[in-house]
Amino acid sequence: MIWLNRIYTSGGELASECETERATINTMDNRRRQRNKTKREDFFRSLCFLMPSLLGVGVFFILPFFVVVYYSMIDGVSSRNFVFLDNFIKLLDNSAFKMAAKNTLQFSFTAVPLAVVLAMGLALMLECRIPGKSRFRTFFLSPMMVPVASVVLIWQVLFGYNGTINEFIMLFGADRIDWLQSDYCQIVVLILFLWKNLGYNMILFMAGLANIPKELLEVADVEGASEAYKFFAIKLRYLSPTVLFVTILSLINSFKVFREVYLLSGDYPYEKLYMLQHFMNNTFRSLDYQKLSAAAVLMALFMVGLIAFLFWAEDRFGKDVEG
Amino acid sequence: MKKKRYFSRGVMFLLCLIFAVMFLMPTVLTITNSFMSEAEINANYGMVFSTTTGGYVSKTVNLKFIPDKVTLSQYIDGLIKSPEYLLKLWNSIFLVLPIVIFQLAIASVAAYSFTRWRGKFRAFIFFFYVILMLMPYQVTLVPNYLVSEWLGILNTRWAIILPGIFAPFSVFLLTKFMRRIPYVQIEAAKVDGAGEWDIFTKICLPQCRSALYSIAILVFIDYWNMVEQPLILLEDAESQPLSVFLSSVNTGEVGLAFALAVVYMIPTLLLFLHGEEYLIEGIAHSGSVKG
Repeated sequence: MIWLNRIYTSGGELASECETERATINTMDNRRRQRNKTKREDFFRSLCFLMPSLLGVGVFFILPFFVVVYYSMIDGVSSRNFVFLDNFIKLLDNSAFKMAAKNTLQFSFTAVPLAVVLAMGLALMLECRIPGKSRFRTFFLSPMMVPVASVVLIWQVLFGYNGTINEFIMLFGADRIDWLQSDYCQIVVLILFLWKNLGYNMILFMAGLANIPKELLEVADVEGASEAYKFFAIKLRYLSPTVLFVTILSLINSFKVFREVYLLSGDYPYEKLYMLQHFMNNTFRSLDYQKLSAAAVLMALFMVGLIAFLFWAEDRFGKDVEG
Repeated sequence: MKKKRYFSRGVMFLLCLIFAVMFLMPTVLTITNSFMSEAEINANYGMVFSTTTGGYVSKTVNLKFIPDKVTLSQYIDGLIKSPEYLLKLWNSIFLVLPIVIFQLAIASVAAYSFTRWRGKFRAFIFFFYVILMLMPYQVTLVPNYLVSEWLGILNTRWAIILPGIFAPFSVFLLTKFMRRIPYVQIEAAKVDGAGEWDIFTKICLPQCRSALYSIAILVFIDYWNMVEQPLILLEDAESQPLSVFLSSVNTGEVGLAFALAVVYMIPTLLLFLHGEEYLIEGIAHSGSVKG
């Protein structure tokens, strides 16, 4: 009888165990459901906050960009025949586009390295405890705040055919240069570009330099490392994300240099200054949607490729110091 | 050893001084020259702009720092006598202020969303914003133009203001600032029963005040300087901002152009002098695209 009893009780225990297990399963289920619910609520809430921005970006940038992609592959807004890559091929054959792309690339590839290296130089210079450091920082940053339109006049005085710089050159007996109407014109714009952008880049580098652990440099000092070694082995490595960012930023700014060119020499500059934006402006005037769209898509692809490459390069060479 | 260090620091200081002069000269020259009379400007720069309006034109260009006679006549001519320039200045202001205000409002809400909730979906959208931010005008202007055309707002201010409001730059920067707010604070507020809107307005926004200011400065300069957008999206000369208009005033009345140039840089310079520290902080935080 006892064993029977035991079976009963154990059976009861078993049953109750089952029950508790079922209960736990139940609560786990509930919890999961709960979690899913909060997750869904969170998603909904986050979307509420994001919506105004997302909607605007969608309407003004993303959706029309799809249309741009579509336009770049049809032969006309009215006929709408699918021609795939024809517009791109035509664009790459277009002499104005080729010239604009060449000039822009030429300018970017000289301006960007200079903007990076000189800005880093300025930042390093201010790092050496010179008197009046913050004053100098203010001075270097000030051009950023001056609208280009305001200083173009001075640039014209400086670089005009009868301008100050030519006066100076003639003082030394050399021939004067027609700065804005010759192959030297990119130099004029380059100086304006650097004048305007170096301060911003310098601040970025200064922030980067401030992030380098002080102990590391102190140890290097104690060990008697040379300035050059400290720079290449420590500073440059820690600065590599900054270098990446400054490069991207300067690249974008160098594409914007049309602004300077336009204000200096108007719609039809010397041909070396014919930038991509000039090409776009002229195409806007003729409202050739296919050409415009193809150019926009091509440039977007180019930018994405370039940025991806820069990220890859930074990942490759600056990895060991991260974290 | 010590001597050597002093020497190198002296050299650095000199270099900095030279650079400082180079950086400051154009601005200072513009300002001082705006106080010259038309006659003096013509005498000094007549050769460059070849506006032989009579009077004495010197054979060489005189780059002059200090005017012979300080006069406000250029300002009076530009601002009081001919209201068209004032109108252009209003155009600039009416284009830029709504962009700055609404961009910040929308960006702060979006940045809160990116800060408060993480997840693959949001990470993807944020990444998308970064890419969009890095696109040059040449790419974004075409979609903007198409939309403006569909909405029928081409050649109105809205064609510039609306896309400007949704520019992703401030979303990106503000998110970076907000992510530095300790998450514990948000969690604590939530436990105490605060709603999301309360957390946003009472915890996040007050701590982002300086960030908002610095971003406002950056956005303001960017749009105050704009040339590309009005050239394409605003066709009639009437509603062009001063930045575009300044380039066309150059040829005839150089003295006037100097005065207008100075008027045009006053708002940004004031912002700079007032908020330099914030600005520097803002720039420093824009410093990395990742993370």
